[in-house]
Amino acid sequence: AARMFLRLLSDIQWRAAHPKWRRMTSSQRSTSTTAEPHPVSLPAEAQVVICGGGIMGTSVAYHLSKMGWKDIVLLEQGRLAAGTTRFCAGIVSTARPVSIELKMAHYSNKLYQQLEQETGVQTGYMKTGSISLAQTQDRLISLKRIASSLNVMGIPCEIISPKKVVQLHPLINIHDLVGAMYVPEDALVSSANVSLALATAASRNGVQIHERTSVSHVTIQKGRVTGVETDRGWIQCQYFVNCAGQWAYELGHSGEEPVHIPLHACEHFYLLTHPLQEPLSSSIPTVVDPDGRIYIRNWQGGILSGGFEKNPKPLFTEGRNQLEIQNLQEDWDHFGPLLSALLRRMPGLEALQIMQLVNCPESFTPDMRCIMGESPTARGYFVLAGMNSAGISYGGGAGKYLAEWMVNGYPSENVWPLDLKRFGTLQSSRTFLRHRVMEVMPLMCDLKVPRWDFQTGRQLRTSPLYDRLDAQGARWMEKHGFERVKYFVPPGNDLLDLEHSKTFYKPDWFDIVGSEVKCCKEAVCVIDMSSFTKFEISSTGDQALESLQYLFSNDLDVPVGHVVHTGMLNEKGGYENDCSIARLSKRSFFMISPTDQQVHCWAWLKNRLPNDSNLTMEDVTWKYTALNLIGPRAVDVLSELSYAPMTAEHFPSLFCKEMSVGYANGIRVMSITHTGEPGFVLYIPIEYALHVYNEVMNMGQKYGIRNAGYYALRSLRIEKFFAFWGQDLDAFTTPMECGREFQVKLEKGMQFVGQEALLEQKQNGVYKRFTMFILEDHDTDMDLWPWWGEPIFRNGRYVGKTTSSAYSYTLERHVCLGFVHHFDEKTGEELVVTTDFINQGEYEIDIAGQRFQAKAKLYPFSSLFTQRRRKDEMELSGYQRE
Amino acid sequence: FYLTPPQVNSILKANEYSFKVPEFDGKNVSSILGFDSNQLPANAPIEDRRSAATCLQTRGMLLGVFDGHAGCACAQAVSERLFYYIAVSLLPHETLLEIENAVESGRALLPILQWHKHPNDYFSKEASKLYFNSLRTYWQELIDLNSGETTDVREALINAFKRLDNDISLEAQVGDPNSFLNYLVLRVAFSGATACVAHVDGVDLHIANTGDSRAMLGVQEEDGSWSAVNLSYDHNAQNEHEVERVKMEHPKSEEKSLVKQDRLLGLLMPFRAFGDVKFKWSIELQKRVIESGPDQLNDNEYTKFIPPNYHTPPYLTAEPEVIHHKLRPQDKFLVLATDGLWETMHRQDVARIVGEYLTGVHHEQPIAVGGYKVTLGQMHGLLTERRARISSVFEDQNAATHLIRHAVGNNEFGTVDHERLSKMLSLPEELARMYRDDITIIVVQFNSHVI
Repeated sequence: AARMFLRLLSDIQWRAAHPKWRRMTSSQRSTSTTAEPHPVSLPAEAQVVICGGGIMGTSVAYHLSKMGWKDIVLLEQGRLAAGTTRFCAGIVSTARPVSIELKMAHYSNKLYQQLEQETGVQTGYMKTGSISLAQTQDRLISLKRIASSLNVMGIPCEIISPKKVVQLHPLINIHDLVGAMYVPEDALVSSANVSLALATAASRNGVQIHERTSVSHVTIQKGRVTGVETDRGWIQCQYFVNCAGQWAYELGHSGEEPVHIPLHACEHFYLLTHPLQEPLSSSIPTVVDPDGRIYIRNWQGGILSGGFEKNPKPLFTEGRNQLEIQNLQEDWDHFGPLLSALLRRMPGLEALQIMQLVNCPESFTPDMRCIMGESPTARGYFVLAGMNSAGISYGGGAGKYLAEWMVNGYPSENVWPLDLKRFGTLQSSRTFLRHRVMEVMPLMCDLKVPRWDFQTGRQLRTSPLYDRLDAQGARWMEKHGFERVKYFVPPGNDLLDLEHSKTFYKPDWFDIVGSEVKCCKEAVCVIDMSSFTKFEISSTGDQALESLQYLFSNDLDVPVGHVVHTGMLNEKGGYENDCSIARLSKRSFFMISPTDQQVHCWAWLKNRLPNDSNLTMEDVTWKYTALNLIGPRAVDVLSELSYAPMTAEHFPSLFCKEMSVGYANGIRVMSITHTGEPGFVLYIPIEYALHVYNEVMNMGQKYGIRNAGYYALRSLRIEKFFAFWGQDLDAFTTPMECGREFQVKLEKGMQFVGQEALLEQKQNGVYKRFTMFILEDHDTDMDLWPWWGEPIFRNGRYVGKTTSSAYSYTLERHVCLGFVHHFDEKTGEELVVTTDFINQGEYEIDIAGQRFQAKAKLYPFSSLFTQRRRKDEMELSGYQRE
Repeated sequence: FYLTPPQVNSILKANEYSFKVPEFDGKNVSSILGFDSNQLPANAPIEDRRSAATCLQTRGMLLGVFDGHAGCACAQAVSERLFYYIAVSLLPHETLLEIENAVESGRALLPILQWHKHPNDYFSKEASKLYFNSLRTYWQELIDLNSGETTDVREALINAFKRLDNDISLEAQVGDPNSFLNYLVLRVAFSGATACVAHVDGVDLHIANTGDSRAMLGVQEEDGSWSAVNLSYDHNAQNEHEVERVKMEHPKSEEKSLVKQDRLLGLLMPFRAFGDVKFKWSIELQKRVIESGPDQLNDNEYTKFIPPNYHTPPYLTAEPEVIHHKLRPQDKFLVLATDGLWETMHRQDVARIVGEYLTGVHHEQPIAVGGYKVTLGQMHGLLTERRARISSVFEDQNAATHLIRHAVGNNEFGTVDHERLSKMLSLPEELARMYRDDITIIVVQFNSHVI
């Protein structure tokens, strides 16, 4: 299987197959100093070997060499920039909904703009601007949300009327448009030439580039990359970068130890035409019509137009060699709907003569975001691939972040949304990928409303209670392959259909979740939280305690039976993970982390725990079903079921005890609920799950028990100002910045990771502050709902973005959580954020261009806790303290 | 109320079956690409049957439609048994010996037929032993008769038809100790069935027909248009030769009573059929068998009723008329169908509809611009036209289903009218038979490249 990567077709065949295309992109080839086949023999060793000579590989090489790494070899199985990069449409667009992707695209644009000057290679860079069209009001809202993000980043952008559209681009038929977004600085490039320019610069900086060299596999020993086997010999290396594009999956699987890179190729079609009668101006803006699923750009006076059809054609599921790429057929019948959309948008093009229909495969990922970072199992094995057809937009920025990651240990921005470790082996099934990318590709153009879920690749990981809950009206969402309940549709009310929930406004589950929240506040609810990642760490002696004390910021040397909330911090004090750890015995600990931490946290700990056979770590996620009993009557239900007193004197907050529930023994009960409400989480060995659930539901009946879902949980935790890792907290946020100093024991008598950084922050203050905002003049029924990523304005100036939001049924207001920065008014420099700075501002939250007044708070409402029992205040007391 | 298009489709497609012949079976390149078949009931239960099988000990493939009357028992038995009789009739002497020796010594039998059945096409488990014994007696006689000559397909077909009908008659006369089987063989004999069977071996196509089902060849003319060639003659009152034949076989005194109201003895539409012992046995034999038969038979007025003017039986035969045709490249397909289809559609229309359907499926080439000058507008028009054509054609994946859709749903303009289709399919059971008959269709597609 190692020989999957067959040699590319000879150049002569290539020429014959695509003569026109070749003329268009290859004019610069002669100026490239790197294109000679096999100029020298391969070196025996190198610091870094990059596989893939497309935009990603060359960008990584370019940035690594700029950052001072010189001993780099780039291998390309065919010719540079000959794969997807050659075919790609060359649109550099910053209009991206995800903030980190927007930043990558912005950087790419700036990089490409000066690349020609820097390298002398013509890149075809042309600042044309782009117009994104909206055929519906919902589409316009989604464009406005992007426009808000662009504006606060200083990227020019405006929402324009259809009339303005036709002024910018006279060919556009505007009769069905409600508006558009204009981004004047978006650009076009020749992507192959950008790639060649990056390669040229890298090569001047000392990077060795070898074409026609195939990597067969990467050798890994003791969890580290040791070298690369190629068809021209072995290269010893410390770092390997997999930039093999759509072949990245296969390459990852070619070695003895597989590296799972979940991506899958789909055919992608675009049309090239001869020039118009009156050729298009080279500065005419690129048009994106997401409702028509198409994009249209100028191409040599004619047009280049492609799109993302509803019925994509996945390919290479079985894994094939690249030979087939050039033989991919044009499929006009398949392209038909997109052609209709094109002629509807630009009826004047009827008489335009077709040149070619290009079939250019693109690779897509399970969540529509690209894949970068280091393998969780093989250190030194880096990946940059799966661009979801935006490779040229992301190329510059993605290459930069990956280079920073390799050189500095982490990029300069939070790239968790793109981190390879967000996936595990479970997303690596070919069937899963094939089905998921068939959903993902149309989604490129579909409207993305808050809380949308993927429909394919579902019901993979489920709790043993899945069928029971489903039968009771559960509606599901998925996290890391695990099905989790959103809410329960009450019987007789199940006309609730998916279409209705697709809204930027008040969703139709509003009252359903409201009643679940009410039940949590007044009686008791059960939420199945089995998806949480669970590790057990134990040792024969004190090794476990000592290692954990070093890796976690809170003091874990607590009496047996105590539960500690703590961050797992990096050297800069940022949260790599936020978890609860129970001390089961002197020498063993039970660790609960967010669902999507399963791979990341495992890798982080594995790489840092001492290699000691007396110290063991086990992933027990699958062994336990977790039931969260939330509410004031949880205590009653549990004490009746266990014949054990559960009151605060016997079972204080943040405690963990093994006890019997019903007939089942050995249930780990913890007095935490992840919401700030009173209650318990039951960790139940899975074979007892159904029994315990039945017992709890039967016993709970007289206390008004009911099922609840994650939406209720979210509303509860956000109104209590609880931050969640992955949503509010990331590797760039420290406990000091989110009011959690109480979860850090700076003086626990030993050093821990991040301590220095935290001490410094304690001394000098923080540069951002996690803040809670209560929307004041927001009408829940009529106004757009906040989601996350909304800009925050203080006294009219941008200070940060929200990270999560929810409607608080208690406050009857929307609550947004987010970070406030303090930018110097003149220089833009970041200044220390003080409590006074937060408290002395007038705040507004920008939802799709509309600003709502907001009240900022650094502490949760104490009024929400007045009716609470004493024991619950212990869990929350930390917040009052600071 | 109307059925929705998906409801209509689920009714039309409930019995559809397709079989693709493997391009190369290891021995021969088949002249048949495959066949589509389907049935739409009007009677409840349906009285039509269909069969398809590949001969394993000789070359060739057998396909047939069977239209039962006075119940489905006879059609069911014929659909199970006839192909075995034909296959055995075609077997060379050595193979027959081999089979007989295998049975004798309890060894595994050489498989004779490979059936291609829809899940709804069932075989009677209870009667299999009885049927097998009759078949064995037949091949033992064939072995004894050993003529040494190579078997002629025409003769084999005629012998098989006649022999099976004879066995049906004998089994009913002999009876069976098992009361269920006893009743079954009587029901088979007292009901009737027509049969239209095709044997295809390379370019040699034989049609053996008994009754009023029909075989029709679809021929593509040089200009691409479609025409129909009949490969069978209906055995009914509309066929002068058939009326003539019946009259020849009986005394002149019966001339007037033989065919009345276009029916044999004023009762039976088909002039040839399997079973129907009421038209074959003497009155004495009929009475004896019915009296000694089970009560159910005695209670049945139809079986007890003796046809009027019944003087010189038999009036009916199962002997088929066999037509041999050498396939030509322009012969694209063969349609075998029971009279339910032919009552509603002219063969010329059948030829056109199937022809266009089959070429639509197989000749929609992908478009390539190549070096031609094509504008976006022209391409768009072309694609729209193709989509429209495809959507109407591809509603059906099966040529037989497509034909039934037309047969039931065609309006006066010859196009399928959903409203009409919906009405016809939603008729209550008791009314359905008044508006349409059971329809059974097999469409066999030939491989012109081989022919």
